[in-house]
Amino acid sequence: MKIKKNIALSDTGFVFNPASGDSFSVNPIGLEIMKLLQENKSHEVIKKHLLETYSVDKDTIEKDFYDFAKMLEQFKVTESDEKKES
Amino acid sequence: MKRKKVNVAVTGLNNVDSPGPGIPVVRGLLDSKEYDVRIIGLSYDALEPGIYMHELIAKTYQIPLPSAGQNSLMERLRYINSIEKIDVIIPNFDAELFNFIKLADTLEMELGIRSFLPTLEQFEERQKYNLPEFGKKYDINIPKSKTIHSVAEIKNLYQEFTYPLVVKGKFYDASVAYNADQATSYFHKISSKWGLPIIIQEFTYGTEVNVTAVGDGRGNTIGAVPMRKQFITDKGKAWAGITLEDGDLMDLTRKLMKNSKWKGPCELEMIRTNEGEIYLIEINPRFPAWVYLAVGAGQNHPEALLKLALGEKVKPFTKYETGKMFIRYSYDMICDLKEFETISTLGEL
Repeated sequence: MKIKKNIALSDTGFVFNPASGDSFSVNPIGLEIMKLLQENKSHEVIKKHLLETYSVDKDTIEKDFYDFAKMLEQFKVTESDEKKES
Repeated sequence: MKRKKVNVAVTGLNNVDSPGPGIPVVRGLLDSKEYDVRIIGLSYDALEPGIYMHELIAKTYQIPLPSAGQNSLMERLRYINSIEKIDVIIPNFDAELFNFIKLADTLEMELGIRSFLPTLEQFEERQKYNLPEFGKKYDINIPKSKTIHSVAEIKNLYQEFTYPLVVKGKFYDASVAYNADQATSYFHKISSKWGLPIIIQEFTYGTEVNVTAVGDGRGNTIGAVPMRKQFITDKGKAWAGITLEDGDLMDLTRKLMKNSKWKGPCELEMIRTNEGEIYLIEINPRFPAWVYLAVGAGQNHPEALLKLALGEKVKPFTKYETGKMFIRYSYDMICDLKEFETISTLGEL
């Protein structure tokens, strides 16, 4: 999963999808995750990074990362590595 | 560069909660870098706010309602032109377009007033009640529609449609009905205002997206900007909107312009379904009230239309800014009774 190329992501955490006109705000950790996804980092690499950076257990990371990734998918700001999502 | 002076007459000055496109069109014209435009307002009602916006409109004249017919309109335009020497006229209401299209040649030949309007055939074939045929002709998805002339026809709609469905007036107004009772109520409400027929349209689930565009009448799209409404009033009017980057919408717009050889301005109202399909739900044969967003995004459609009307060569726009927003607001003007009296009694201000 990666962030679609046309998605605008600002340093303040403002996310704009120019295809749908939708905009969202993400918190600093959300922004960090989205930037890593933009850099084509794998889920495993991102989760490892979060685990090392923040005082959090692995299960919480797994659960929260899964939720966040699903949310990004639902808001149509991501596409799978092989196939473009709508 | 010295700007060329032109006198342009514009209708649609009712900048109220269901705003007419006149004022945004005027703003676009006044932004022109090539033309020094003097605006002549044409109004139907003494309380149209544009009449009192003297910083935008040099002088306003009342004109007869469309129902008065072409002769009355022509007579009034002869008088106005004898004072104002109008170069171009831009009508902005659906209901008045038939008369202006019919008079276009006479206006140009007799009074030298130019316009750039859809042909009568284009105007008719995109009517809401002709839209399914229009879709077939130009290979564009249109939601299933049916024209009805009597409230008695509603009880049998369930045989062809599933609820919810959309009940539409022939010019304006649309409401979503979730059952036959609601459809009946909307039928009466809309037909009493806009007359018959009423159009019943399948409800298409998805996101509404609109495009403002200008065609040169030879198949070229001079400009097109897609927008999604971000804030909608209870009349369904956009109170805020944002320009989109949507190749599919642009392709469909160009296809429609090319195949129909659309002449003049138009607004395409479309629904993009969750599956990504695009359905055309309406074509308005005039600028939308949000056309100034196109100007703000880098495509001055009113100016382009002015140039087309003047017979100048217009290069198609190739880009616009995505993510440009408009946010509408209302504003209380303080006006003198004397001005209201003048427009009410003398028909000009």
